[in-house]
Amino acid sequence: MSGFSHHLIVAPILIPFAAAAIMLFIEERNRTAKALISLASTVLLLTVAMFLMRSAHGMDSPNGEAGGVYLLGNWPAPFGIVLVLDRLSALMVLLTATLAIPALGFSLARWHNAGAHFHSLFQLLLMGLNGAFLTGDLFNLFVFFEVMLAASYGLLMHGSGQQRVKAGLHYLVINLASALLFLIGVSLVYGTSGTLNMADLALRLADLPVERRILLESGLALLGIVFLIKAGIWPLNFWLPNAYSAASAPVAGIFAILSKLGIYIILRLSMLVLGNDTLPMASMARDVLLYAGLATVVFGAIGVLASQALGRLAGYSVLVSSGTLLAVIGFGGATASSGALFYLVSSTLTMGAFFLLIELVERGQDAGASMLAVTMEVYGDVDEDEADDEIGVTMPATMAVLSVCFSACAILLSGLPPLSGFVAKFTILSGVIGANAPTATSAAWITATLIILSGLCALIAMTRTGMRTFWASIEGTVPRVLVIEVAPVLILLTMTLALTAGAGPVMRYMDDTITMLSDPRNYINAVFEARRIAEGAIKP
Amino acid sequence: MELVLSLGIGILTASGVWLILRPRTYQVIIGLSLLSYAVNLFIFGVGGLKKNAPPLLTDGADITSFADPVPQSLVLTAIVIGFATTALFLVVMLASRGLTGTDHVDGKEKAK
Repeated sequence: MSGFSHHLIVAPILIPFAAAAIMLFIEERNRTAKALISLASTVLLLTVAMFLMRSAHGMDSPNGEAGGVYLLGNWPAPFGIVLVLDRLSALMVLLTATLAIPALGFSLARWHNAGAHFHSLFQLLLMGLNGAFLTGDLFNLFVFFEVMLAASYGLLMHGSGQQRVKAGLHYLVINLASALLFLIGVSLVYGTSGTLNMADLALRLADLPVERRILLESGLALLGIVFLIKAGIWPLNFWLPNAYSAASAPVAGIFAILSKLGIYIILRLSMLVLGNDTLPMASMARDVLLYAGLATVVFGAIGVLASQALGRLAGYSVLVSSGTLLAVIGFGGATASSGALFYLVSSTLTMGAFFLLIELVERGQDAGASMLAVTMEVYGDVDEDEADDEIGVTMPATMAVLSVCFSACAILLSGLPPLSGFVAKFTILSGVIGANAPTATSAAWITATLIILSGLCALIAMTRTGMRTFWASIEGTVPRVLVIEVAPVLILLTMTLALTAGAGPVMRYMDDTITMLSDPRNYINAVFEARRIAEGAIKP
Repeated sequence: MELVLSLGIGILTASGVWLILRPRTYQVIIGLSLLSYAVNLFIFGVGGLKKNAPPLLTDGADITSFADPVPQSLVLTAIVIGFATTALFLVVMLASRGLTGTDHVDGKEKAK
């Protein structure tokens, strides 16, 4: 990258920030203007993210051109804060923008009228997310984390109501407490290693005196706990299904990527800091990730089976996908890891679509209808006489579209062919078990079995709910759904279809990402070789 | 000085942890404030405790006679963010009190 385009790295942070600031000056009544600014900013973000993804090859060019590193304030690393654009961060920024547009489009139908400053908060959330994906500095990560969280508190309670405020209160306390843990972890890391720059930290880790190492490891462990809380690992995830199911639909849709932020940082730091296998803590951390991830899969799958409301089912599905990702990251291995990245993209899009869809489906049912349906199923109290009425009743087009979307979500969540969930899980499984099945370890078999079983649980739960909602709906009125509401769901599902069709190139990108990540020297060299602009080192 | 600082951090943390585990929202917010004081002192402490040491470096001076400026700037950021989020929590707390009519963290009194 050269000249002006080099400055585009900071654009994913500045664009939403500027949009959010401008919208604060517009009156709350003037929603059309706000919606237009918000939409324009998000579309611009998508364009920039696509450009950044194309130019994210700077990290691995042979002559070490560090095109993907942006020195904020023109201070050389490790003294200043750096933004680092590599394949992984470019992927996450693009995924955020891709998910944001449908979620925003969905909110334009009615949800953005439900409270003040929806669009500003939404843009600030995007800013925090992009900043956290791009930064190469631990304390800067904390700041962007807080920006993202502060916006998410407001968004979670958007629309108000007792249920949301209660879930929001719990979410707030959990995240404030984990922010304090984050600060303790960061200051321990700084106190022992003398640096906050991730690349510098990875470099200094190897020759740290033993008496300091124990403190540094505790600091890193505290940081790990914070990101695992965000990712929703068992047993630190009791808040997640409540919070996600209480949020309004477009907010829950964009929240699908919040838990992936925790996973992104775990992946980034574990590749960078634990990449050096000689460290004694590396194998322990991997074991913790693997087994805690598996426990999360089990917990999530049980939750999915036990959920009666669709919102909670989706919340537990988020846990299943987090658990799968963490277990695979803990398991390691190139094929499984690139499968995990593919799964990350696929499951984020799926969860986004599912959260949006739930609101449309539930609009047709009056409150408590789903509870009633379960009770009637159990006690066999269904009124048999109603069967006569069903003859000759045509299915309304709205219900047909919704049910097709619902079954697509079911297929994606359970990982059946032909959609992208299958490709992702298949790659993970083939990476975990390996080419030679008899030599696979017992941990590999347990992982593979649990991943398949969690898919089965998702399938059972989704089939049960689907039949209840679309097939045997009790007094179900056809929901009034606008095109602008169903289009975002269709767009997200089409993207998973595109992921399947283009699985080859996408998987190659993931493979390249993992290859680049698995050697921390690429990242470290790129950060340290980034030169200041005054020296004229930005190559033409 | 080290003993006083570590005792202070310890007592603040212990009180804070006890308070955030209490069932009333007001106790939780005081607990979070105490915890954030403890964390701020802790961040300040990781730079090493020095008396009369300015954080500004001049040419040719002995580096050991200066305080580390990084923890000081970190603690400044942490104070600002902590203050803002506590204020936000206060608003949510009031909203919860207004909507549920109780100051219990779960929005309803425990059944006796």
